[in-house]
Parts: sequence; structure tokens; C-alpha cells
Amino acid sequence: MELDCRGLSCPEPVIKTKRAIADKPESIEVLVDQRAPLENVSRFLKAMKYNVTAEELDGEWKIKATK
Amino acid sequence: MKTDVKLTSMVKTSGCAAKLPPEKLHRVIDNLPLMKSDKLLEGFESADDALVYSVTDDIVSVQTVDFFPPMVDDPFIFGEIAAANALSDVYAMGGEPAVAMNLLCFPSCLELDVMDKILRGGIQKVKEAGAVIAGGHTIADPTPKYGLCVTGYMKKNDVWSNSGAEVGDVVVLTKALGVGIVNTAAKGGEASQESIDAAVDSMTRLNREARDKARKYTVHAATDVTGFSLAGHSQECASGSGVTIEFDMGSIPVIEGALELARFGLIPEGRYTNEDYLFDKVRFEEGIPQEMIDLAYDPQTSGGLLLFMPEADARAFADEMDRPYCKVVGRVVPKADRDVIFKA
Repeated sequence: MELDCRGLSCPEPVIKTKRAIADKPESIEVLVDQRAPLENVSRFLKAMKYNVTAEELDGEWKIKATK
Repeated sequence: MKTDVKLTSMVKTSGCAAKLPPEKLHRVIDNLPLMKSDKLLEGFESADDALVYSVTDDIVSVQTVDFFPPMVDDPFIFGEIAAANALSDVYAMGGEPAVAMNLLCFPSCLELDVMDKILRGGIQKVKEAGAVIAGGHTIADPTPKYGLCVTGYMKKNDVWSNSGAEVGDVVVLTKALGVGIVNTAAKGGEASQESIDAAVDSMTRLNREARDKARKYTVHAATDVTGFSLAGHSQECASGSGVTIEFDMGSIPVIEGALELARFGLIPEGRYTNEDYLFDKVRFEEGIPQEMIDLAYDPQTSGGLLLFMPEADARAFADEMDRPYCKVVGRVVPKADRDVIFKA
């Protein structure tokens, strides 16, 4: 599952991610374009017990979370 | 006309978190011609929010202006918070507010009843401060914003500067931290009613009691903690005073639920912009949990006073305040490798 949170300001990316993982998917990728959502979404997914990594591409980040 | 509109849905950033980042601000104001006057006792150069201007040989006026977009949906409470926040700049100088004027940006799509409530909230707090409010200025603007221009008068020798902290002083914080985090969570519908109530109670509270009681003791320096966070405002004091400030992380009062919300990433963008400009001036000891670091950088709206006092005075003041949110939180030490150090 991939979620596009580019252009959104906090706390929207975390709220969208929370809705997206309501069914407890095995993995999810979240696209963000600012540092605050990068940190906050990563923090949220870690708190939800996902393993989280982030990849930077041209000023955007792809947050990858797996169980 | 919109009747049932959520004020916070009309803004991107709210409260003091909407402040322009200081490194951007300084890029401009550091190059502006500095206006000098024998009567202007404090201005831009000391990083104080208010200015101090001589009126007579021993009386000065303290003037400040502060306004921001809403962080709560209730227009009356927004008015109260914006007014308490603006009045606080005068309290942070040790002064007493005398007169206030309104500054309002108001969307043409909103009912006038919303404007009425915002202004009534402001009047309520100015009245509570024992000051008077009259006049002001209103602009049609898609993003609502409200605040006050406040003037207070005081004796010249009674002004608390933000750059007089002395080695050996201890530091008292008069409100709990975490309202930025709770406001962010509330905007996303994730904060508990208990946390929201605690944040609103804190943001609407005047710094009057703290100022009035502290006046009975020796205060070497003072500021209020707002958008630049505890780390940022204390860094201004440390740098201006030529000292280092050490905080004991465990003694810092926290708004109910704020740490838990931070753990889940419900953190305002301003927390990161604060860290961006402060990271090489502030140090956190090993072992401090991430959410406590978030708290130190959390932009506060209508935050408490930060008072630098001799230890005996500080303890006696904190005892006299006798409030769970008013605590001795640190000390002033000789200048070290960083302006501000947070200890585990």
C-alpha cells in the first residue's frame, strides 16, 4: 500500500497514515516532502510497532514500514 | 455565511507555532538600520519581544504587539488565549499592562458572531489584567488572526531584562510545557478532553499571578516561553547574559498527555524549525527520552514566565505560588560549550 502525504501539513500526514493502517497491513509506504511529516509519520509507525526506514529522493522521502 | 465552522480548519499553523523561524527573521532584521534614541532603553538588539521607552526620568513605558491564527475552535477561548499571550510580554518585563488595542484579521465568509466572541474573549482577559481595551484595527483576511497591542508603565529600575541572568541563579518556569503538541493532536482529533482542558486552562491563564508574586523577590532576568520553545527562549537569555543554563529534564512540568501524544508523532512543525536553528547551541545529555526533547523544542502558545533568581528567592517564590505547574527547573552556570544544556 502506498500513501501520498506530499503537500500536507502536520498533523494530517499522521492522521492519514493512522487511517491507512486501520486494517493492520503487513507493510505500507508513505510519501512526504517535508522534514516534520517525515519525522512524525516515522515516529507514529514505530509506535505502532512497524520497522521503519526512509529513502530520500529529490527532496522527497519514501517512508517504508514493515511488520 | 458559515455558521458552524472550525476555526482551526482555516489555518495551516496556529498560535505561536505560526511565528516566522528566527533564522529567517534575523536575516532581515539584522541588516535593518538600528534606530537609536536616548529614550529607547530596550529594542531589537536584546532580542526582547517588547520595547522599553523612557516617559519621565524614572518611569518607562513597555510596549508590545502580538497576534496569531487560532489554535482552538471556540472563538471566545481563542480571544482569551491571544489576549493572555499578548499581555504576557508586559508581565515578562515585570510590568503591569495599562492599555490594549485590538488587532484582528477576519475572513469575510464567517458570521459576525464569531468576531463578537473573539473580541469578547479579549476584553475578558484585559479586564482580568486590570487594564483597559479600546479601539484597534480590522482587516479582511482568509486566515483569521487576533491579538493585542499592549502598553504598560513601570519604574525604570524595576524592568526585568532577559539578559541579566547570573551564575548561581536558579531558573523557575511558571507553566507546564506541551501545549503545542496537544494543540496539534487536537487539530487531528487525537487529543483527549483532559489534555485539551489542561492546555486551554494553561493558555488562557494570565502570567499576572506569577509576575505579581515574583515582584516581591529578586529577579535577575526574565522572559516568557512562547513560539521559540523553552530551548529557544532560554538560549536567548543565556546568550544575552553570557552564561549557560542547565535544565533538569525530570523537574519540568508537563501538560497531561503531551508526552504520549509526542510518542505517536503528533508534533507541530515548529518543533523541528526550532531544533534547526538551535541544534548547535543546545545539548541534550545521553538517556533523555525523545519525547522530552520534543517538549524542550515544542512551541508554546501563551506559555509561562522563565525567571532567573537567587536560589533562596526562587524557592520562596515557588512555595508561595504553590502551583503544580510552577517549578524550579534548572540553574545558571558559567559559560560552557553550549548555551543551554538539558540534563537527564
